[in-house]
Amino acid sequence: MPDMKLPCDIVAKVDEICRKHGDDPGELINILHEAQHLMGYLPEEMQRMIARRLGIPASKVYGVVTFYAFFTMTAKGKYPISVCMGTACYVRGSEKLLEEFKRILGIDVGETTPDGKFSLDCLRCVGACGLAPVVMIGDKVYGRVQPIDVKNILDSLD
Amino acid sequence: MDIIKRPQDLDDLRKKAREKLRLREESDTVADGKCSGLSSGAGHIQILICGGTGCKASSSQLIGERFREILEEKGLTGSTDVITTGCFGFCEKGPVVKIIPDNTFYTQVTPEDAAEIIEEHIVKGNKVERLLYTDPKTGLHVSDSKHMDFYRKQMRIALRNCGFIDPENIEEYIARDGYAALAGCLSGKTPEEIIEEIKRSGLRGRGGGGFPTGKKWEFARKSRGDVKFVVCNADEGDPGAFMDRSIMEGDPNSIVEAMAICGYAIGASRGLVYIRAEYPLAIHRLKTAISQAREYGFLGENIFGSGFSFDIEIRYGAGAFVCGEETALIHSMEGCRGEPTMKPPFPAESGYQGKPTNVNNVETFANIPVILTRGADWFASIGTEKSKGTKVFALAGKINNVGLIEVPMGTTLREVIYEIGGGIKDGKKFKAVQTGGPSGGCLTEKHLDIPIDFDNLLAEGSMMGSGGMIVMDEDDCMVSVARFYLEFTVEESCGKCTPCRIGNKRLLETLDKITRGKGTEEDLKTLSTLGKVIKDTALCGLGQTSPNPVLSTLNHFHDEYVEHVRDHRCRARQCKALLTYSIDSNLCIGCHLCARNCPADAIIGDVRKPHIINPEKCIRCGMCLARCKFKAISVR
Repeated sequence: MPDMKLPCDIVAKVDEICRKHGDDPGELINILHEAQHLMGYLPEEMQRMIARRLGIPASKVYGVVTFYAFFTMTAKGKYPISVCMGTACYVRGSEKLLEEFKRILGIDVGETTPDGKFSLDCLRCVGACGLAPVVMIGDKVYGRVQPIDVKNILDSLD
Repeated sequence: MDIIKRPQDLDDLRKKAREKLRLREESDTVADGKCSGLSSGAGHIQILICGGTGCKASSSQLIGERFREILEEKGLTGSTDVITTGCFGFCEKGPVVKIIPDNTFYTQVTPEDAAEIIEEHIVKGNKVERLLYTDPKTGLHVSDSKHMDFYRKQMRIALRNCGFIDPENIEEYIARDGYAALAGCLSGKTPEEIIEEIKRSGLRGRGGGGFPTGKKWEFARKSRGDVKFVVCNADEGDPGAFMDRSIMEGDPNSIVEAMAICGYAIGASRGLVYIRAEYPLAIHRLKTAISQAREYGFLGENIFGSGFSFDIEIRYGAGAFVCGEETALIHSMEGCRGEPTMKPPFPAESGYQGKPTNVNNVETFANIPVILTRGADWFASIGTEKSKGTKVFALAGKINNVGLIEVPMGTTLREVIYEIGGGIKDGKKFKAVQTGGPSGGCLTEKHLDIPIDFDNLLAEGSMMGSGGMIVMDEDDCMVSVARFYLEFTVEESCGKCTPCRIGNKRLLETLDKITRGKGTEEDLKTLSTLGKVIKDTALCGLGQTSPNPVLSTLNHFHDEYVEHVRDHRCRARQCKALLTYSIDSNLCIGCHLCARNCPADAIIGDVRKPHIINPEKCIRCGMCLARCKFKAISVR
């Protein structure tokens, strides 16, 4: 991981989040939730900083970050795409849908396009099973999406 | 709001609040109600709009805004209320809008329909026929939910308030006997009496295992400790299941009330809800309920003047399926990796922060207040011998009526799939139903008449689980389905014990090999023996049940596995590697559309002459099949 410096305002905000939770290691997950909100991901430097504040090894923070699917160490695209891979969507064809996104964007799950525009992920059930298969782009839910619709959806975001 | 100090004050408040809900309660049983419309002197009208996540995804929020805007413009806000409720359950036909007092049920409403509903229905009293539900059997419009097959066989206990009350208004919950059970417990029952009542009701844990709730409470009660905790497990991780989320979105106060009752029964003064961070709406509604409950004095110090104090905090999950296991959940709440630990010690002895902890799931809690107000005997009269009450299922997959349903235990799968669910989508043939999520198994045609309860499902190699119910048709390949679940398990395995971490990975590799057409009959034996070893040796409940999808499909769909390995054939045409696409030269007119859309340039041919597919280049994406307008492309 390259040595990167966090912007000062981010440092101050992470500091504030830790303080709010009483620098309590038991609050680590809540702290990480809020910290991830700041930049959309948890860069290594931010994890080290949190570890120092809470007085725990950086490996423990890293262990927690990598354990939970919700936490990510890579920056998301401007349009974060999540294809629902819940069972209801799966049996209604979400796997083919995911293949189509991968093919058109030329990236794999968990990656971001080089221009930083799109990132691709899977998620497990947004609870809109009546609309399966479902794709979430940002906060917007696209229901009953077919592989044939993928190109149009991406074009509409350009 | 003044804090409610005595049960008597709650009664007074309930009487007042019930007045407001009377219109809705009275019209709930109205069938094919006539509406006179405001122009002919109709009294008060209420518009209920589903505000569950599913309907919100189809812009139900905008629908509400449109209604409010138009009513404002027309000066009708005095006589018509717009109320956002929780999930009505009929997600397939969402967004749902219900008009009270005539109890008209509109389906698939869009924001553009608001004007017409107001003009025609609210003002003139004419129903908007095109938005009514059409019974697929008779082809006739049905205007109220009571006459829809989807609702006819349902019995709503845990979902009693979902789609009925405004979940962000505690007084509507109070009007429905809310907090009466808590008041009753604190003003006259001993903790032992409450536990006895829950035991007598026969309630079993709805999160998956089906452990008797009363017994669990008793263990926590008897466990010594100065501090104890009540935990609500709202980490609904089963993909394709949304029961708990809907309850929290539709009736969050029932969880708050039940947790307080549990706290009193086991001797705890702190409650924690462990909820998925992916459920923003449920979190919001739960937070609202908690803060309103504090304001009314149902949480906090000295509740109902009884000396009992209790409060609830929220802890966020971060997307780990294993955290549904109670010991893993507790570690996660402590800020650690969610890895399970050996039981004993059970959380009832040593749980959160090493203190006695009682963990129940959302649906279990939702049943508690109503058991205490209506009595254990009433609850125990519903269901089968060993599984009492009802169960909520998230019915999804290849079924006509996707949605959230609640049926008495003992209802058969056939009733659920063919009556409530309206049968299989697009007239296809039923193949299997998967219950219990990644820990469950697939049941087949021959199981359709089995009464659903904890023990029957277990005996057939599946399990009740939390209530996901996914229906599959002839187009679903059971080997691929097993592979899908294993992929999930491998991704979600916490890695602590070897059988789950490595065993499941080997299972997945073997399944992968089979779906790629490289499997042998020997592999089928490996799947079976390895699956059984994992079941016997994994550390936690999730590991021990993780091979179920493989073992149950191997058992019930053995032929299909054999076809894959022996004939290299996938009858459902799902396993790409086993497929061949070809063009029928008699049907192809040479329009070149398939070739233009083929991402692999695998289709060649001159314009107006039949084309051919080069199997070497074909990536079997199916794009040509989807594009061809002449049905010239076939797949084998």
